[in-house]
Amino acid sequence: MIIGTAKETYRADAALLTTRPQQTWTGVLALVLIALPFTLNDYWLYLVCLMTINAVAATGLNILTGFTGLVSLGQAAFMAVGAYTVAWMERDLGTPFPVNLVAGGLVAAGIGIVVGIPSLRVKGLYLAIATIAASFILHFLFVHWEAVTGGNTGINVAPARILGTELVSYFGLYWIIMPITVLMVLGAANLFRTRIGRAFIAIRDRDISAEVLGIPLLRYKLMSFAIASFYAGVAGGLWAYFFRVITPDSFPFMASVFLLAAIIVGGMGTIIGALLGAAFMTLVPELLRFVMDWASPWLPNATVLLSPVRTIVFGLLIIGFLVFEPQGLAEIIQRVRRFFRLWPFRT
Amino acid sequence: MSDWLFFIEVSLAGLGSGALLALAALAFVLIYKATQVVNLAVGELLMLGGYLFFAFAAGWGLPAWAAVPLAVIGGGLVGAVVERGIIRPMLGESAISVFMVTVGLGSVLIGLVELIWTADPRTLPAFISTKPLFLGEAYVSRKIAVAFAVAAVVIGIFLLLFRFWRGGVALRATATDQAAAYSCGINVPGVFSIAWIVGCATAAGAGILLGAIGGISPTMGVFGLSALVVVIVGGLDSILGALVGGLALGLIQSWTGTYLGGEYTNVVTFGILIVALMIRPYGLFGTHEIERL
Amino acid sequence: MTPGPAAGAARLSVEDVTLSFGGIRALGGVSFTAEPGSITAVIGPNGAGKTSVFNCISGFYRPSTGRILLDGENIGRLSPPKRAGLGMARSFQNIALFRGMTVLDNIKLGRHAHMKTNLLQALVYAGPARREEEALRQEVEERIIDFLEIDHIRNQPVATLSYGLQKRVELARALAMRPRLLLLDEPVAGMNREETEDMARFILDVKEEWGVTILMVEHDMGLIMDISDHVTVLNFGEVIAAGLPAEVQADPQVAEAYLGSGDPAELMRRLHREAAE
Repeated sequence: MIIGTAKETYRADAALLTTRPQQTWTGVLALVLIALPFTLNDYWLYLVCLMTINAVAATGLNILTGFTGLVSLGQAAFMAVGAYTVAWMERDLGTPFPVNLVAGGLVAAGIGIVVGIPSLRVKGLYLAIATIAASFILHFLFVHWEAVTGGNTGINVAPARILGTELVSYFGLYWIIMPITVLMVLGAANLFRTRIGRAFIAIRDRDISAEVLGIPLLRYKLMSFAIASFYAGVAGGLWAYFFRVITPDSFPFMASVFLLAAIIVGGMGTIIGALLGAAFMTLVPELLRFVMDWASPWLPNATVLLSPVRTIVFGLLIIGFLVFEPQGLAEIIQRVRRFFRLWPFRT
Repeated sequence: MSDWLFFIEVSLAGLGSGALLALAALAFVLIYKATQVVNLAVGELLMLGGYLFFAFAAGWGLPAWAAVPLAVIGGGLVGAVVERGIIRPMLGESAISVFMVTVGLGSVLIGLVELIWTADPRTLPAFISTKPLFLGEAYVSRKIAVAFAVAAVVIGIFLLLFRFWRGGVALRATATDQAAAYSCGINVPGVFSIAWIVGCATAAGAGILLGAIGGISPTMGVFGLSALVVVIVGGLDSILGALVGGLALGLIQSWTGTYLGGEYTNVVTFGILIVALMIRPYGLFGTHEIERL
Repeated sequence: MTPGPAAGAARLSVEDVTLSFGGIRALGGVSFTAEPGSITAVIGPNGAGKTSVFNCISGFYRPSTGRILLDGENIGRLSPPKRAGLGMARSFQNIALFRGMTVLDNIKLGRHAHMKTNLLQALVYAGPARREEEALRQEVEERIIDFLEIDHIRNQPVATLSYGLQKRVELARALAMRPRLLLLDEPVAGMNREETEDMARFILDVKEEWGVTILMVEHDMGLIMDISDHVTVLNFGEVIAAGLPAEVQADPQVAEAYLGSGDPAELMRRLHREAAE
């Protein structure tokens, strides 16, 4: 009998949502996600979709960098691989979009494994630099493998179709982008309840003792690369259906920096961190646009200044979070929650 | 003109840009040796040096002999501010975090330059004569020859300083073991500052030479990535590696650019990087660190 | 609360192992055997090669010559994860826990090699993956956490724990591997008297109730004399004595190695003085 109850506690303990408020808030979130497309105008729906796509890619990068400790500056290149795969399959094979998305993820995962091979020899910064190199080599491929990628002019993507309806509006696209994102984020959260997720964290914290526990380092590092690239590939595929045209410059090196910045700002090694970071980093440039619009009566060339101001703020955010708040937004939220939980009793 | 002569001219041009690569790589090495930080903003500091020279020479109308030192000093000042402001607070953080801080720094510098000078490319006022130079029969651009000479002299000075000057010894000691150097009375924070100041000033100087040859633009920082390849291949903590690696990569880029086409330079450069990482992860001349159990 | 049946203790034989680093010989023909279900200690002065022997056994170093046999099977060429799969667990001299994780997660990691959840199951977390995790949780709680008396800290991050407790968590993690051979590298180094006694008790309990073979490297002579069944003494990479604790203690060569003089009586006095502190 006692064991029976004990087992119940363990199960409850290991559940993703342990407390009543957590369950309530999750329910509220689900309702909000369903209501969003009916309430937002096209501009905001566009932003939400973009945020969501970035969240998938950032979650993947977080698995690799935040949880496994392998820093990659090539995540955007894997997005590009997924996007090109989807575009090519739409154009030359005409397969349905779910197949294309999965294929985009798998092809990206395969290339991710190849790019991860240097992690056999090098780690830390050297690995980060190897991923930079890999993304430039991939970029070369996108420009020159014209038969598949369309070279510099790029490739147009036919809209995704469900039951003969073409998904061209943001409203329609939302209903494929959001559910896929939710599933993939849940998958990532699940991963860290099992031995595979624990092995990743072990490799991040101390790879030599991970080996003694029977964790084959190379296999798990490559697995982490594969998962991260799969997420990037699917995100890239969604991106392809969202923007409907891909060129080699759709995913510049800075996009990889953007994704890494997103998980730094959001909080490395937490599932929520990647989501917060992706949302925040997608919103900030828009926010700046509002600020500059508002300032335009006083600043005559405000629109010209927008782009450099964005670049500066982007850099400042990376520096500021690393110097002052290395645990990211996730930690700030924790602090706010602690404050409110103890609120009446603390000043 | 014979093919052979053409090959020599291409090689000479390669050596010239290789010298610039070596100079930029030197900025990486100086900062890495002292502080164990890989400063990805070296490329942007190069760009900043070019723009500072542009401001002093074209904006204020200063002669080159004044504008060049001012721009170099300006680069050094930026280095000092950056070190005190954002690098020192990161002391003890992981190498990756500090690396990312410098990535952020690069972005800030690009934004600032675009804010002040806009994103349009510019040409630096001529301060090196354009009269062609001949080595035997081979034609060399005078700018490239000057760049080569300056880089050679600067690197030579650094090699000597590192061997014989007290400060160079302090820097090497700090590089080997910060705590031990500190307890020997070496002013480690001072060494950090100096390394950043000198490193950034070197980068600014390289930027002026680079700008004189190819003009300046906010995207010229990409050059820093090639220099990064040089230091990875040559060894992050090796001045000799920067020199040899820089010249070698300059030659290779020049050959691929001429014989295969300009679009291949990037691929070849980064291909070399990956091969080097797989074969000798710590560089041809770098120190191999052994991990303890 | 009763620990389960022993997974079967293993016999470890180290046969004539030599190890060189760039011409410097760290081990010169070391041989000894750890009998199933016994506690064998490897002792020796600093730099005698104790940790090198350990690293050869767990697979970080490849011996230049010689064999390492686990139940008669030569494992000298296997990678560390493979050896872990064969039931070899190890603790480290300077604790090698995963600092960012809780005590519970650290211990669970010990079971990694015995688990089967694959990537797809993990992403979905239903059926087999969930059952396996829940069984693991229950077993860790009931067999290991209770056994080592660390239930009060199970959800704390290990970085916040005292040194003695961290050592105990490391032992717990090794036990989660269902070891047949447990390698303990200085299990009580840096501990105070009380923590040392606790650890000695746990090591004896592990031997009794889990029935595993234990091989340990230790400096604390008092502990070794108290709990080990067999002692091998290394000096300059060679075995200079082996036998029961009392025999080894009386060996003039051992006294010489430790004290520079060959007087066993002096060694005894020194040990008693240490024990009294």
